[in-house]
Amino acid sequence: MREQDPAVRARNFEEVACGYHPDDAMRESERCLFCPDQPCVSGCPVGINIPGFIRKINEKDIRGAYDILTETSLLPAICGRVCPQENQCEGVCTVGQTLEAVAIGRLERFVGDTAIREGWANIPYIEPNHFKVGIVGSGPAGMACAADMAKAGCDVTVYEAFHQAGGVLKYGIPDFRLPNPVIDAEINNLRKLGVKFECNTLVGRLFTLEQMISEMGYDAVFVGVGAGYPTMLGIPGDSLNGVLSANELLTRCNLMRAKEFPNFDTPQPIGKRVAVVGAGNTAMDAMRVSLRLGAEKVYCIYRRSHKEAPARAEEIHHAEEEGVEFHWLTNPVSILDDGNGNVMGMRCVRMELGEPDASGRRRPVPVPGSEFDFECDLVVYAIGTNANPIMGQTCKLRLNKWGYIDTDENLATSMAGVFAGGDIVTGAATVIEAMGAGRRAAGSMKAYLGIRDTNRPYRTAGDTLFGIDTSERNFARIRA
Amino acid sequence: MSNFEIVKREDFSDVTYLLEVRHPLMAKAAKPGQFVIVMLNEHGERVPLTIADYDRDKGTVTLVIQAVGKTTRQMQQQCKVGTSLYGLVGPMGIPTPDSHAKKVVCVGGGLGVAPVYPQARALKESGAYVIGVIGFRTKDLVFWEDKFRAICDELIICSDDGSVGLHGRVTAGIEQAIKKHPDIDEVVAIGPPIMMKSCAETTRPYKIKTMVSLNPIMVDGTGMCGGCRVKIGDQVKFACVDGPDFDGHLVDFDDLMTRLRRYTKEERMALDHWEKGCRMQKSIDKAVDAAKTK
Ligand SMILES: Cc1cc2nc3c(=O)[nH]c(=O)nc-3n(C[C@H](O)[C@H](O)[C@H](O)COP(=O)(O)OP(=O)(O)OC[C@H]3O[C@@H](n4cnc5c(N)ncnc54)[C@H](O)[C@@H]3O)c2cc1C
Ligand code: FES
Repeated sequence: MREQDPAVRARNFEEVACGYHPDDAMRESERCLFCPDQPCVSGCPVGINIPGFIRKINEKDIRGAYDILTETSLLPAICGRVCPQENQCEGVCTVGQTLEAVAIGRLERFVGDTAIREGWANIPYIEPNHFKVGIVGSGPAGMACAADMAKAGCDVTVYEAFHQAGGVLKYGIPDFRLPNPVIDAEINNLRKLGVKFECNTLVGRLFTLEQMISEMGYDAVFVGVGAGYPTMLGIPGDSLNGVLSANELLTRCNLMRAKEFPNFDTPQPIGKRVAVVGAGNTAMDAMRVSLRLGAEKVYCIYRRSHKEAPARAEEIHHAEEEGVEFHWLTNPVSILDDGNGNVMGMRCVRMELGEPDASGRRRPVPVPGSEFDFECDLVVYAIGTNANPIMGQTCKLRLNKWGYIDTDENLATSMAGVFAGGDIVTGAATVIEAMGAGRRAAGSMKAYLGIRDTNRPYRTAGDTLFGIDTSERNFARIRA
Repeated sequence: MSNFEIVKREDFSDVTYLLEVRHPLMAKAAKPGQFVIVMLNEHGERVPLTIADYDRDKGTVTLVIQAVGKTTRQMQQQCKVGTSLYGLVGPMGIPTPDSHAKKVVCVGGGLGVAPVYPQARALKESGAYVIGVIGFRTKDLVFWEDKFRAICDELIICSDDGSVGLHGRVTAGIEQAIKKHPDIDEVVAIGPPIMMKSCAETTRPYKIKTMVSLNPIMVDGTGMCGGCRVKIGDQVKFACVDGPDFDGHLVDFDDLMTRLRRYTKEERMALDHWEKGCRMQKSIDKAVDAAKTK
C-alpha cells in the first residue's frame, strides 16, 4: 500500500497510509488460498467471514464484499485501520507461514472506504418494537451495541459526555491514522438506523443509571464509558509544568483542535525535545503527534524491550521511520526541574529482563549504578489507564477490585437490565474487542427483552406453560 | 443535548456578569459544590465554571463569570439573552457532602463569591448558623449582598480599599468571626488560590476544618486527561472527579498556582489574536456604516 514519505508526513496531519487502489486490492485478494480450515476467521475477535469478503473482492463485487463484512463488523473502515491484525487474523494466515500474510486489514479498509465514498449503507427494514434502549458512551462498544439494538427495532439513544461522539476514535487516535470524516461517516450510518445521539451529557451526574431505568423509561441500558483515568508514574517531578498524560496531549490536539491554535481556543503544550514514556498505541500516537506539532527530537522511553512493546507492529514501524528515537530497557527515575516549575530533563535508569512475571513477560529490573540524565522539555505519560470512577461514584453497579464494572459471561451487570462492555469491563483493550463486546451485550439485551433474533434458530428450553414458552419474556413484558 | 439558551443576563460590573441558562435536567440534578463545562462555540475551549445557583422550577442554572481571559471576555461580549451556548455539560464533580456542622463561616472572595452561595444556602437549610464573609476589591464591585443577607445569620463584607464594610481581606473577616464565635466548627472558602491558601493558613492554628473548592486547568472534566491533577497531602487527585472540594489544610496551593501558569503565554496570545480580530471587525463595521450613510 502506498504511504506518504516519512520525512514529509512526520510534519503533517494527513493520513499516513493512502489506501489501496482497486487494482492493488484485486492483486492482494488473489493471494488468498481460501483454505478450508479458515484460521483467519477464528483469529478474528468477532469472527468476520474473511475468505467470503475477499472472494467477493476477487469477483470485483465490492458491494458484495461490503455486505459480507457488515454482517459481522459494523465499522470496517475503522477496524481495517486500527485493528492489531498481526496478532489476530493475519497472525494465523496460512499464507503468512511461508510468505507475507494476506493484508486482510488493508482489504477491509479498502471495502469500508469504497462504501463511504459510494454512500453505501446496509439499512434493513426495521420493524419498530416498543422498547427503549439507552447507551452510555459513544465509543466503539457503545456504537456497536446501538447499531444492533436499532436493527432489532428498539428506540435507541446514545449519551456522550463530550461535545462530539466517537469516544477514543475521536479524541485519542489522531487524524493521520484515522481521519475524522471516516468516523463521522460511520456515525451517520447509525443515525440512518434511527439511533439518536445526545452529546454534552454526563450520565451518572446529570441523571443516574437508576433514573434511566426507573424514571426515564429505558427498558435496558448498555454502559460503555471506556477506561479513562490516566496513570501517573508517581516519581519526583510528576506535577511539573510540561508533564502530561498522552490522553491530555491527544485530546487537546485531536478533539479540541489545539494544533490550529489560536484559530481554535485550546492551547497545545509544544516541546522541542519530547520524552514519551510507554510503548503502546497511545504512546506511538503521542510521539507521532509531537513530531507533527514541531518537536525536534522525540524519545520513546520503555522499561521492557522491543519484543514486549504492546503497540501495533505497523505503528512502531511508522514511528521509527518518522525519526522517533527508541530507548528500550530504560525507566524514568525522576523528572528534573529547571527551578521555575518547568521540565528541564529526565533521569533514567537502564533495565535488564529478569524472570517472567504474572503476565508471562520477563520482568524488567534496574541495572545498579546505570542512572543517566538527558535533556527534554516535555514529558508525556502513556503508561496505561485505570477505571473511570464516575459510574462507581453514582450508581450501585458492582465493580471488581480494580474498579472496572463486574459482569457475567453475558455482559450483564449486577443491575437488572443494565449491561456493560468495552474498556470499562476489560481495562484498556482494542477497538475490535470493544465492538465485539458491544455486539455480545446487544445479544444478551435482546434475550433479556425477549426479542427474537430472526437470524438464529430459536430453541425452546422445553418448559412451556399452556403451550407458551416461558423463556419468551416479551410475553411477560407487554405493558399495560 | 444541545441548544442551551441564555434566558437572563445581569452585569454586576465591568468584569463580572451573570448568565442564567436553560437546562431543566441540570437544574434538577445540580447540587452545591458542583461545576459545569461551557463551550461558547465550535472553535471554543472547554471552560469550567462553578454553578452559582439553580432554579428547579424555572429549569435554569446560573453562572457568574469574571471576564479575565479570552473566552470569558468573548462570552461577555456575545452572550446576550436569547443566544445559546454551543456546549454545556454537567453537573460535574462530587457534590459537597452533607455537613453536620452547627456553626460555619462561608467565605467568598472575588470570583468565589457566587459559587459559595449555594453552599451557604444548603448549610442554612441543614440548620447551621451561617456567617457569610464576602470580599471585594471595592464598593462598586459588590453584588448579591441581599441574596447573602437572606440566608446568612451574620454577614461580613470586606473590601480591599475600605470603601465598604471591613477594611481588609477576607482573612480579617474570618479572624473577626472566630473571635466572636469560638465554637465555629467549619469554614468553607472559595476564591482565587492565593485567597484560599491564606484562609487555610488563618484557620490552621485554630484547627477548624476548612474546605476549599479548587479550580485547576481542565479539559474534559470527566477524569480522562489528568490535566486537573492536584496534590492533596501525599496523594495526587483529579479535581474534576475526585473533587473539586478538598480539605484546605492538605492542599498544596503552591503546586496549584504553578500549574495554573502553564498556559499564560498562550492565553495572552489567544487574547491578542481575538482583540485584533475585534478591532478589525470594528473598523470594517465603521467603514460599512460610512459607506451606507454616503
Ligand atoms: C491514543 C489511543 C490509541 C489507540 N489505538 C488503538 C489501535 O490502534 N487499535 C486498537 O484496536 N485500539 C486502540 N486503542 C484502544 C481503543 O481505542 C479502545 O480499546 C476502545 O476505544 C475502547 O472502546 P470503548 O467503547 O470501551 O470506550 P471509549 O472509546 O473510551 O468510549 C467511551 C466514551 O464514553 C464517554 N463517557 C465516559 N463516561 C461517560 C459518562 N459518565 N456519561 C456519558 N459518556 C461517558 C467518553 O467520553 C467516551 O467518549 C487506542 C486507545 C488510545 C487511547
Ligand atoms: S479535567 Fe481531565 S481529568 Fe480532570
